[in-house]
Amino acid sequence: MAPSLEAAGLTKRFGEFTALSGLNLKIQGTKCVGFLGPNGAGKTTTMKMFTGLISATSGTALINGVDVSRDKKAALASCSTLIETPEIYPSLTPKEALSMLCEIRGVPATERSKRIDEALGRVKMQEWEGRKVGSFSKGMKQRVNVASTLLSDPDVIILDEPSVGLDPRGMSEVRDIVRSLGNRLVFMSSHLLAEVTEVCQEVALIDHGKLIVYDSIENVTAKFAGGSGAVKIGFSRAVDIQTGTAISKLDGVTSFSRVNDRHVLVKFDPKVLSQEKLFETIAGMKAGAQTFESESGLEDAYLSLIKETL
Amino acid sequence: MARPAHPRARVSTLAHIGIITKYNFLNYFRARRFYVMLAIVALISGLFTFLVAYYQPPGLVGAGDALSFYKGGWGNFATFVVVLSTAFFGGDAISGEFQNRTGYFLVPNPIRRSAIYVGKWLAAMAASSIILAVFALIMIANGLYYYPGDFPSELLQSIAFAWVYLAAALSLMFTFSSLFKSTSVSILMGVILLLFVFNFVDLIISSVAGYEPVYSITYAAGIIPNVLTVPFPAHVTSIPAGARFELKSFNATIPEGLAILGIYFVVMAVVGLWLFQRKEFSA
Repeated sequence: MAPSLEAAGLTKRFGEFTALSGLNLKIQGTKCVGFLGPNGAGKTTTMKMFTGLISATSGTALINGVDVSRDKKAALASCSTLIETPEIYPSLTPKEALSMLCEIRGVPATERSKRIDEALGRVKMQEWEGRKVGSFSKGMKQRVNVASTLLSDPDVIILDEPSVGLDPRGMSEVRDIVRSLGNRLVFMSSHLLAEVTEVCQEVALIDHGKLIVYDSIENVTAKFAGGSGAVKIGFSRAVDIQTGTAISKLDGVTSFSRVNDRHVLVKFDPKVLSQEKLFETIAGMKAGAQTFESESGLEDAYLSLIKETL
Repeated sequence: MARPAHPRARVSTLAHIGIITKYNFLNYFRARRFYVMLAIVALISGLFTFLVAYYQPPGLVGAGDALSFYKGGWGNFATFVVVLSTAFFGGDAISGEFQNRTGYFLVPNPIRRSAIYVGKWLAAMAASSIILAVFALIMIANGLYYYPGDFPSELLQSIAFAWVYLAAALSLMFTFSSLFKSTSVSILMGVILLLFVFNFVDLIISSVAGYEPVYSITYAAGIIPNVLTVPFPAHVTSIPAGARFELKSFNATIPEGLAILGIYFVVMAVVGLWLFQRKEFSA
C-alpha cells in the first residue's frame, strides 16, 4: 500500500481563534510535498495534529489510513517526525537518545548500533556521539533531530522546517538528505521556497487555516506565476551590450536583467519559447555562456496567492 | 525501486514504560540535581551526627533508648527529605517536557502518553528512593553506633511508611507538573503545599474548628514519626483554652494514615495522567 497522509475536515480552534479551518488534503505515494504558507497559516498546527502533539477540535488526521487521535501508536508506527526544534534530555548522548527512540520504535537490538551510526554519519555527528547533548549548539541538536527521523526506516516523514537553526552547509546537507529519501512520502514545511523547489515535487499552500492549492510545482507555477519561466545564465566573461540586446530581443523573452557582470536573469514565456530552445540559442551566440540554472516560479506563484504575511 | 524492508517489532506499552524509566533514570542519575540532593541529605545527616556526638543530648543518647533516637533523627527529617526528593525529581518531570521542549522529541513517536507518564514516575521514584535509602542508612548507622544490636521493628515500619508517603507525594507532585507548563511554578506549588500550606491549614482546621484533617497528605504522613512513639500517640487530644473553648489535636492512626496516602497516590495518579493526556504542545 502506498504511504499516505490525509486531513479530513481538520479543524483546530484555540479559544476564539481558528488556527485551521476544515482542512481537506490527501497526499498519497512516494514523493516529497512542500507545505507552504505565511506565519500563522496553520502549517505547524496541522503537523502537530498529525503527530499527536495537539488534538483536533474536529475532523481527522490519518497516517496510512490510521486515525492519529484514535490510535496514535499504530498511526506513528511507520512515521517519523521532526516538529519545530525539539530538545533532547541534556544528560544523554546522541547515541543514547537515538537508542531510546530505536527501542520505542521496535528496531531490533542487533540493528540498533548500525542504524544509529548510519544516521549520525548522515548528519555528520559521528564524532559527537559520546558527548552529552546539553553541551551542543542549536544547530548540532537539530542535526541529531534530523538523524532521529532516519532511524526506523519510516514510510512517512513529517518535517517542520528541518533546516531551521542550521548554517548554510547544514541546510545544504539536510536538503541532500531529504532528496535521498526516495520511496517515502515526505511532508515538509518550509519558508525557503528555493529549498522546496529543490527537494519537492508537489506543494500544498495554506493561508488563514485554509488550503489554497495542492498540486505539482510545475502546475502551481504555470497557473499562478504568470505563466513565465526564468533562467539564470552565467558567462565566462562580462556580458556586453550587444549580447544583452540580442537576448532581450529573442522571441518569447519577456524580461532581461543583469544580476552582475557575468550573470543575467532571463524570464520567458514557455508557450512561445521552450527552456531548451532558449539555452540552445544563447549558447549559439558564442558569448561565453557557461551555466544555465532554472529559476523556480514558485516565489511568483506564492506571492500571487498570498497577499498578506499574517 | 522498492527499498529493502527493515524489521520493526511491535513494542508493548509495558516495554515502553521500561524504556522511558531506563532513560529518564539515566538522565536523572547524570544530572547535577541528583548530586545536589545527595549533598543536602549528607548535610542534614552529617549535621545530626555531629550535633549528637558533640552535645550528647540525654533524650537521644545516654538515658534515651533506640526508639527515641530514631524518632529524633529519622522521624524528624524523613518527611522533609521525601518532599525535597519529590520536588527535585517529580516537580518538573512533566512540565519540563513542555517548557524545555523535550516532549517534542519524545511524544511524536508510537508510544502512548500513559507509558511516558508512568515511566517518568517510576524513574523519579527510583531516583528519590536512592536518596531516601542513603538517608535511612546514615541514620541507621548512627543508631547502631549508640545502641548496638538494638534495631526496633517500629523503625522498619516507619521506613516503609516513608516509602508509601514518597509514592503519594510524588503522585501529587506529578499532578502539579501536569497542571502547569512552567517548571518553576509546578515545583514551587508542590513544595509550598507540602511544606507549609497543608500543615498550616491542618492546624487551623483541627485546633480551631475541631475537625480531623483527613483530607491532608501531611497529616497522614504523621504516622512516620508517630510509629516510633510507644505507645502510639492518642488519636485525639483536647487542651482546654479558657472556660468555654478547647484546642484539639489529631494523630492519624496507622490504618487511617495508610488509607489517606493510598487514596492520594491513586487519585493524584489518575488526575495527573488525565491532565497530561489532554495537555497540548501548543506555543
